[in-house]
Amino acid sequence: MTSSMSMGQPVGASGTAGRGRFEAPAASVTPMVQLVDPSGVRVDDPDFAPIAPPDQTAALLRDMALIRRFDTEATALQRKGQLGLWAPLLGQEAIQVGVHSVLGGTDHVFPSHREHGVGMLMGLPIERMFGIFKGCEMGDWDAEALRFHHYSMVIGAHTLHAVGYAMGMAADARREDARRTDGQRPSSEPGVSVVFHGDGAISEGDVNEAYIFAAAYQAPTVFICVNNQWAISEPVERQSRVPLYQRAWGFGIPGIRVDGNDVLAVQAVTSWALDRARTGQGPTLIEAFTYRMGAHTTSDDPTKYRSADESEGWQHRDPIARTSAWLRSVGEWDDAQQAQLDQDTEAFGAEVRAAVDRVPDPSLGQVFDRVYAGTTDLLERERAEALGRVAR
Amino acid sequence: MSQTATAVSSSTLTLAKALNAGLRAAMEADDRVLMYGEDIGPLGGVFRVTEGLQARFGADRVLDSPLAESGLVGTAIGMAMRGYRPVVELQFDGFVFPGFDQITQQLAKLRSRSHGRVGLPVVVRFPYGGGIGSIENHSESIEAYFTHTPGLTVVSPSNPHDAYWMIQQAVASPDPVIFLEPKRRYHEKGTVRLDAPGRDLHEAAVVRPGAEVTLLAWGPMVRTCLDAATVAADEGRSVEVVDVRSLSPLDMTTILESVGRTSRAIVVHEAAGSYGPGAELAARITEELFYVIESPVLRVTGYDTPYPPSRLEAEWLPGVDRILAAVDRSLGY
Repeated sequence: MTSSMSMGQPVGASGTAGRGRFEAPAASVTPMVQLVDPSGVRVDDPDFAPIAPPDQTAALLRDMALIRRFDTEATALQRKGQLGLWAPLLGQEAIQVGVHSVLGGTDHVFPSHREHGVGMLMGLPIERMFGIFKGCEMGDWDAEALRFHHYSMVIGAHTLHAVGYAMGMAADARREDARRTDGQRPSSEPGVSVVFHGDGAISEGDVNEAYIFAAAYQAPTVFICVNNQWAISEPVERQSRVPLYQRAWGFGIPGIRVDGNDVLAVQAVTSWALDRARTGQGPTLIEAFTYRMGAHTTSDDPTKYRSADESEGWQHRDPIARTSAWLRSVGEWDDAQQAQLDQDTEAFGAEVRAAVDRVPDPSLGQVFDRVYAGTTDLLERERAEALGRVAR
Repeated sequence: MSQTATAVSSSTLTLAKALNAGLRAAMEADDRVLMYGEDIGPLGGVFRVTEGLQARFGADRVLDSPLAESGLVGTAIGMAMRGYRPVVELQFDGFVFPGFDQITQQLAKLRSRSHGRVGLPVVVRFPYGGGIGSIENHSESIEAYFTHTPGLTVVSPSNPHDAYWMIQQAVASPDPVIFLEPKRRYHEKGTVRLDAPGRDLHEAAVVRPGAEVTLLAWGPMVRTCLDAATVAADEGRSVEVVDVRSLSPLDMTTILESVGRTSRAIVVHEAAGSYGPGAELAARITEELFYVIESPVLRVTGYDTPYPPSRLEAEWLPGVDRILAAVDRSLGY
């Protein structure tokens, strides 16, 4: 028994020395799926292998470079006062690109407030994202058509929406099955809801309830827990005494840890989890082990709560440098391609800077239009008053 | 109308059975309507409001859920985003709070947040109010929390006819509806006209005409106000009773017409008085009818304490005597 256990002495445990049935399994055993190591060397995993040939990985490198540029430009725009706030994704590019690269055409993404890169890759115009952080809108995009849903600032609240959405997808599939006559093929591939949440969110009740509901109904949901080690200034050790992926088993959900700075590994593991969901095997929790290189948002200062040594240590595990080193080693990347990519990201940076000026200004009248499907006498009166005052 | 037609067009039901019939009708009308909650399947809910629905519609449409209120409302939001119309049952008013964020920050706001793109036709039903001799967290009146939240509509039926129709109207609503079921009236019977609802979901109703003072109430307090009006009539007082029915939005037209006629108003509700719906109604009436009313708008409410042990609830809750005392006070100005 550990001294920290507060329960009464269990029958038969008296005097038990060493590890026994009343102790947790060893948390030190944390196998992590990795296919390319931090120096760019391909390594073997007993269960996973790259799912695409090397020549297709260059596209992933390009996507990572572009969303990094998007993010660094956005951070600079906040510093210049053109955005009110920004939540940087620096260091997490491999997760966003790796997950996005294996999404099917019917899958839906439920992001936390840091998946700007996923949104961009799914077709969300940059200015729509900037609209939120500029204070001009709450998320004025067609989430259903884009399959990229709205940001939720209440940590973890959206995980339940993703599970409910997946339950609806499964219900749709059952209804289609019931309608189909023998021999007909399904009209489309069954969809999966892919939900991102952070390591801090794992302490929220909603996230735990999301796991429970997903397991209870075997919802086709893939949870991507982005463990970037810090929930603002709270280290992951304060959120959990066990590795995060191990928590999933307590809910009856398989949990797996992947190197979140290894785009090939993220791609392979996500693809496996999507297949599980699509074939009716239920949800999976993927812990993507990474590091938030920047601040939680531009309003905090990481130097106050974490050491320079720690941050520098993670720079050597950079997802872009690693992928490019491996591609070079297999002859799929060279200086000319890098020069072209540098030129493209430079041009893209200019596009990002221009996008912030394209964000339309909101108008006060709009806020009265969106409360209900119709309107009410009270809202009409308040609208008239508000617009009258503005007009004066 | 022939006798046969009369028999078909109306029925005598308890409020609970009327809700059950209304839910059944809503599910038959639209196969995207789902029932969702704790113990609502074979058990039929703790008050048996969903009795027989799972047997009729199957476990895919009447889903028993894990015991987690935030999970219930949150996943219902996701199902609604996918095109379903979930009707969530929470077991008691005092158990709503674990789902409070999902109701007030998510369910209520997604339409605004998405600039009108995401409508959530979700009904959150729960039994509310006291008077059944139950234990803590089983008797609260928490309508003010939801009426203070833009994006929600909040309604409460007071009789079986309204229960039957208002639940169907709530399910058909494109917006989230908080549906407050007066649990102490579940077993009271009344006539349900099955051919027509009579009025829209958000209309108030003058349920007893009178000339001297208007009582404004909803849910469980409507019956109490009608009883008070009957006693008052024996004492020579003419008291009008308005069933507010919809707390958000409020039908101020009907309310102001009534108070305009009687020139006096008393709001009666079970919840604690401070910052309660009575305060809102009093303020609105005063703003609109300042030169018409003959006395201040009065409130007869629960006291500003946590809900008491049930042996005290008969004294704590607004009853006929307290309402009549308020009538006297109002007429004494």
